[in-house]
Amino acid sequence: MQRPGKMISEVLKHVGKTPATTNYPFEKAEMPEHFRGKLQFLPHRCKGCMLCTKDCPSEAIKIKKVGDKKFEAEIDLDRCIYCGQCVESCFIQALVMTTDFELAALNREDLKMTINEKNSPKPPAEEE
Amino acid sequence: MSKLTIPIGPQHPALKEPECFIITVDGERICEANMRLGYNHRGIEKRCEEITYIQSAYLIERVCGICSHSHSTAFIQAVEEIAGLEVPKRGLYIRTLFGELERIHSHLLWLGVAGHEIGFDTLLMYSWRDREIVMDILAMVSGNRVNYGMNSIGGVKRDISPEQADAILKAMDDLEERTKYYIELGLQETTLIKRLSGAGSISYEDATRLGAVGPTARASKVDQDVRRDDPYAAYAELEFNVITDDHNDVYGRTLVRLGELMESYKLVRQLIKNMPDGPIRKKGPRKIPAGEAISRYEAPRGEDVHYVKANGTDKAFRVKVRAPTLANLSAVSKMLEGDYLADVPIVIAAIDPCFSCTDRMAVRNIRGGATEMHNPGSLRNFSIDWYRRRGIDFTDLNKKLMKRLERV
Amino acid sequence: MAVQILEIIIFPGFLFLTVFAMIAEYLDRILYARFQNRKGPPWFQPFADFIKLVAKEDIVPECANPFVFKLMPILALASVITASFYIPMWDNKALFSFEGDIIVIVYLLTIPTISFFLGGWYSRSLYATIGAMRNLTQLFAYEVPLFLAILSPAILAHTWSLSEMTVFFNNHLWLLPFNIIGFAVALIALLGKLEKVPFDIPEAETEIVAGSFTEYSGRLLAFFRMAIDIEMVVGASLVAAVFLPFGLGLNPVLGFILYILKVVFVIFLLALLRSVFARLRIEQMMDFCWKYLAPAAFLQIVVCVILKGVLL
Repeated sequence: MQRPGKMISEVLKHVGKTPATTNYPFEKAEMPEHFRGKLQFLPHRCKGCMLCTKDCPSEAIKIKKVGDKKFEAEIDLDRCIYCGQCVESCFIQALVMTTDFELAALNREDLKMTINEKNSPKPPAEEE
Repeated sequence: MSKLTIPIGPQHPALKEPECFIITVDGERICEANMRLGYNHRGIEKRCEEITYIQSAYLIERVCGICSHSHSTAFIQAVEEIAGLEVPKRGLYIRTLFGELERIHSHLLWLGVAGHEIGFDTLLMYSWRDREIVMDILAMVSGNRVNYGMNSIGGVKRDISPEQADAILKAMDDLEERTKYYIELGLQETTLIKRLSGAGSISYEDATRLGAVGPTARASKVDQDVRRDDPYAAYAELEFNVITDDHNDVYGRTLVRLGELMESYKLVRQLIKNMPDGPIRKKGPRKIPAGEAISRYEAPRGEDVHYVKANGTDKAFRVKVRAPTLANLSAVSKMLEGDYLADVPIVIAAIDPCFSCTDRMAVRNIRGGATEMHNPGSLRNFSIDWYRRRGIDFTDLNKKLMKRLERV
Repeated sequence: MAVQILEIIIFPGFLFLTVFAMIAEYLDRILYARFQNRKGPPWFQPFADFIKLVAKEDIVPECANPFVFKLMPILALASVITASFYIPMWDNKALFSFEGDIIVIVYLLTIPTISFFLGGWYSRSLYATIGAMRNLTQLFAYEVPLFLAILSPAILAHTWSLSEMTVFFNNHLWLLPFNIIGFAVALIALLGKLEKVPFDIPEAETEIVAGSFTEYSGRLLAFFRMAIDIEMVVGASLVAAVFLPFGLGLNPVLGFILYILKVVFVIFLLALLRSVFARLRIEQMMDFCWKYLAPAAFLQIVVCVILKGVLL
C-alpha cells in the first residue's frame, strides 16, 4: 500500500529531540580509546633498529642517531597516513599513537616534527 | 526541438568523482549516453611493484574510500594463497566481521546518496545519522573510521574484546530497527516509489551479457554472490540468504540493498556468537615465494578481483585490481537509453559507482581497435603528443617551469 | 504622499519585507534542519549569505544578453514587493486596493517565474536553458490550481478585491472551514511556485546544477535569492489573507502578532511538506497537478458555488 507523506510522523517526532549533529569546533569531539591519531615517539626507548623507517608505506618517519644510543625521530605529519604500521613493527614500543586528530596547520613546516630527548616529556619511571 | 548534448561531468554536483557522461537528449528523453573514464588514474598497481607487501597492503586499502577492507582483504588473500599461509580461525572471523560491518556502512551510505540524488534530503540525513552508529563501532575496534588497517599478511591486527562484542550486538539491534523503518518507507512512500521504479531498467539477459555484478545484477534476478558461490574467509560456515529481486530497476536495487542490510545484521550476530578463541594472526613472511593467485571478494558494490604475481622477493611482480564498478559500467549506458534526463544522477548512483577505484590503465585506440598499455612515462609523452596534435603546446611552459625550479 | 512613500520604502514596504523575508528564510531552514534531526544554521546565516553575495563580483557570461541578464533579478524583486502592497496583512485594508486586485496579485506573483525563465534562457548556458524550460513547463502546471484555489473564496465573498474579501470573511467566520480543500491546494501549488521539494525540478542541483541560476553570481544572485525569500513571505501572506483571514482589523498590535503567527504557520507547513517528499520528475509533476490538484481546486469552486446558492 502506498502512502504519500509516510515520513511526516517520524519527522514531527524529531522536532523536539536533541539534534544528532554537534557544534564541532566549539564542542570538542571525543575519539575512541584506541584511535590512530598523531604519532608519538619515545626517544629513551628507541634502539635504532630502523624497522619503522623500512616498513612505513609513505616514508613519513626517519630515525637519526644523535649520540651514543641516543636517537631522534623526524616525523612528517603531512606524509603520515596514520596506518599504525610503525607502531606494529616496533618491538620495543618506542612509537605510540595518540588520540589527537586535530592536526591542521597553515603551512607544511608546522607539520614536521622532530622529537628527541630534549623536547619530549621525561620518561615515567620505567622498569629499566 | 533539436537534440542537445549535455556533458555530465567531469565536474558536476551529481557526481562525487571525476568522470564524464556525454548525454544526448531530445527534450527530456535520453537518446544516447557515452562515457569517458580515466580522469583519476593514480598508478596504484605500478607503485605496488616498487614497495614491499607490507606497505602494499596499506596502499591497496586506499584504492577505494568506502570498500577499503574489501580491497585489502582481496589482496591479502591472494598473497596468503601464494605463500601457503593458513590464517587462524579467529583471524578469519574478525576479517569477515569487518567485511560485513563495512557492507552495512556502505549500503547505508548508498541509501543516503540515492535519497539526495532524487531530492529526498531527509532520507539522506536520517540514513547518514544511523550510519554513524556503525562508523563508531568501526572506529572503536580498528582505530579509524574508513581505512581500518585491520588486515595483515597472516591474519588481522586487532582483537575484539568481549565489551566490544557486546557494543556491536547492541548496535546491530538499533540498526535493525532503523533498517526495518527504511524498508517500510521504501515500500510505502509514493514519491520515492515513483522516482525509483522504472528508472535504469536492465533485463536479466542484458545484465548477464554485460557482466553486471553485485546488487546491480541481483536486482535483475541474477543469482550470484561470491560469498556463497566461492566462499572465502569464514563465509562457508555461516548461514545467509542471497537477496535477489525482479524489479530490474533502481527500485529493485534499493530493495536488494536494504535486504542485504538485514542479512548483514544476521551475519554479524552469527560471527560474534560463533567466534572461536585462539590467536588472531600468524606471523607472515616478508618474502613471498614465486607464484601467482587470483582472489575474489564480494565487496558491497559487487565482485572485486585481485591478481598478484610474486617472484620470490619482498615486492610483488605484478598486481592487478578489477574494481566492481568497472564491471557495472557497461551496464550503465544500456540503462540510461530511453530514460529521462532527470533520472541520470540516480541511475548512475544506483550502481554505487566508485570511479576513482576503477581507473586502471588500458587505453583503447578506437580507430585501430587495438589495446595499448601505458606506464606513467609513456603516458606523459602520449598526453603531450595528444595536446600538440590539437594545437596546444606546453613545451615553452615546461621549459619556463624547469628554469624556475632550477633557480629554486 | 510622504507618508505613503515612507510606507512603501520602510514599513510595511521594502525594508520590513526584506528583514522579514530573511527571518522567514532562517525559520524555513532551521525547521527543515530540525525535521532532519540537525542543528541547522545560526540566526544570522541568511544575512551573512546576503552580505557575502553582495560583496562578490558579478560575472556576466560572454554569450549572455547583458541587458536581460542584469534586468531580470531586479524585475523579480520589484514585482514580488509590489504584489505585497495589495495584500491585507494585519489590517482589513491593504496598502492599496481596488476592485480586481486579486488578479493583479496573481499576475505580479507570476512575473518572478517568468524572470527566472528569461534570465536562464538569456544566460545561454546548457544547464540554465534546461532549467528555464522546466521553469516554464512547471508554471503551466501549478498556476491554474493556485488561481482556482484563490478564486473560489472570492466567488463566495462575491468580490474581486482581497481587502473586501477579508472583510466579508471576518463577518462570516463560520464559512472558513469550507475552504479547507482550497487551502491544501494553494499550499501545494505554493511549493511549486517557490520551487521547493517535491517541485524543485527547475533547480534540481543533482541534475542541472542550479537550473536558471547556474550562471548567476554576486549581487545578481543575491537579488534573485532575495526575490525568492520575499516571494515566500508574500505567498504565505496571500494564503493567510485568503484562507485564514480571522482577527484582522481588531487592534494593530494584536493583528500584527497574529499575522506573524499565521505566516510562521504557513512556513512551518511548507517546511514540513518539503522535508517528507522526494523530487518528482517534470512529467510526473504535470500529471499530479492536472490529475489531482486542478480537479481538487474545481471541487472547491463547486463547493463554494453550492454554498453560495444554498446559504447566502
